Amino acid sequence: MGFKEKILTKSIYAFHVSSGSCNNCDIEILDCLTPRFDLERFGIVLVGSVKHADVLLCTGSTNTLCVPRIKQLYEDMPKPGFVVAWGACGSSRGMFKDSYNTGAPLDEIIPVDIYIPGCPPKPEAVIAGIKKLLDKVNSGK
Amino acid sequence: MKAFEYLFQFLVFPGFLFSAAVGLLAGWVDRLLTARVQWRKGPPWYQNFADVIKLLFYKETVIPAKVSKVIFLGMPLLALAGATLVSTAILVINASPKASFLGDLIVIVYLLMIPAISLMLGGFASRNPLASLGASREMKLMLSYELPFIIAVLVPVIKSGYAIKLGDIIMSQSVNGHIIGSASGAISFVVMLLCVQAKLGYAPFDIAEAETEIMAGVYIEYSGKALGIFKLVKAVMLFVLPVLMIILYFGGIASDAEGFVRNIFQYILILALIVVIKNTNPRVRVDQAMGFFWGPVTVLAMISVALAYLGW
Ligand code: SF4
Repeated sequence: MGFKEKILTKSIYAFHVSSGSCNNCDIEILDCLTPRFDLERFGIVLVGSVKHADVLLCTGSTNTLCVPRIKQLYEDMPKPGFVVAWGACGSSRGMFKDSYNTGAPLDEIIPVDIYIPGCPPKPEAVIAGIKKLLDKVNSGK
Repeated sequence: MKAFEYLFQFLVFPGFLFSAAVGLLAGWVDRLLTARVQWRKGPPWYQNFADVIKLLFYKETVIPAKVSKVIFLGMPLLALAGATLVSTAILVINASPKASFLGDLIVIVYLLMIPAISLMLGGFASRNPLASLGASREMKLMLSYELPFIIAVLVPVIKSGYAIKLGDIIMSQSVNGHIIGSASGAISFVVMLLCVQAKLGYAPFDIAEAETEIMAGVYIEYSGKALGIFKLVKAVMLFVLPVLMIILYFGGIASDAEGFVRNIFQYILILALIVVIKNTNPRVRVDQAMGFFWGPVTVLAMISVALAYLGW
């Protein structure tokens, strides 16, 4: 683990992309920043602009209308950047799999680095997922 | 040889490296206190350093299509140069008051505006509606706080026998006692604190970069190195403005150990006041900010000038 990986894992700016989620996952993102879990102690903050982001937190069932926007946001994110598929919907469209307006799961639209399962994921699952992400960055990929 | 000395003073001590390092640490104190106020644990001490190093060296800088590259990328550098010049100037003058020249206080008041102006121009240059909105808010905010700020600066000037020289203000305080001790000094200190709050862009005056309404406002299109430099500007300002207040109201940075420890406590006190104001107040609208600064705060500043004129 070199200096670069160390810095990249110590400071993570997360940007929240919601593509037709039921809002539970979005609330759960905010939950992780509250006093009990406090992700800021690992250097994780939520930013308002995708140009500042290191990580895209993608929630929701990626409906057809959102697909070009997700692609654009992914291209706008300065590299190196990572993508987290958040919740059952983000990982695989969840229960909206056979819906008329959800064409493809997230990982067929943009490259996804890690998946956080759950509907919505508990903060514990989120922290386990973040650990996976950090390991992935550390391994230098 | 003189040129190298100046260059060293500007780039290393007491200029860029020193003030940025202290400012980033102060920024951590700010984040830690904020976290404690909200009953959280808060980030580790190196957090701001990690953020800035990441942005400066390891992230891509995305330049939006069709922007003027010179203005878009030049403005962060101009802001950094302005802020660093102030920190160099006030600390060099503080160390040797003879280096002070007539009107240096006016120069410093002008230089302190450069970061805000370049932020504004950078926001307008980034061709983003939210950035333009943020920049126009920044402009209105600047118009509102500059007036009481300049009036408040007059009090130390009057108190030290109409000296528009930082060196003379420091000297006269070592003879006549600190300006904060007098009634007019205390009032103008409060005015100055509110203006510093707005100059730093902290809540309740963070209208130019309101995360929840206009995302990051003027910073919205900045990424990578340019954003990192703006973070450094914020750090330098967080160092410079309280130090300027210490010089104007507490008699400057002392050279003996005891006085220096007292200075550190004064710095932390000012920082803590700023952070507590930031955490206990909701964001105001731009018209409210303007009304606040041009109304009660300016009146307060004028009262303090009148009191100083009468010798209180
Ligand atoms: S995963 Fe569950 S909680 Fe999250 S958006 Fe989908 S349905 Fe809602």
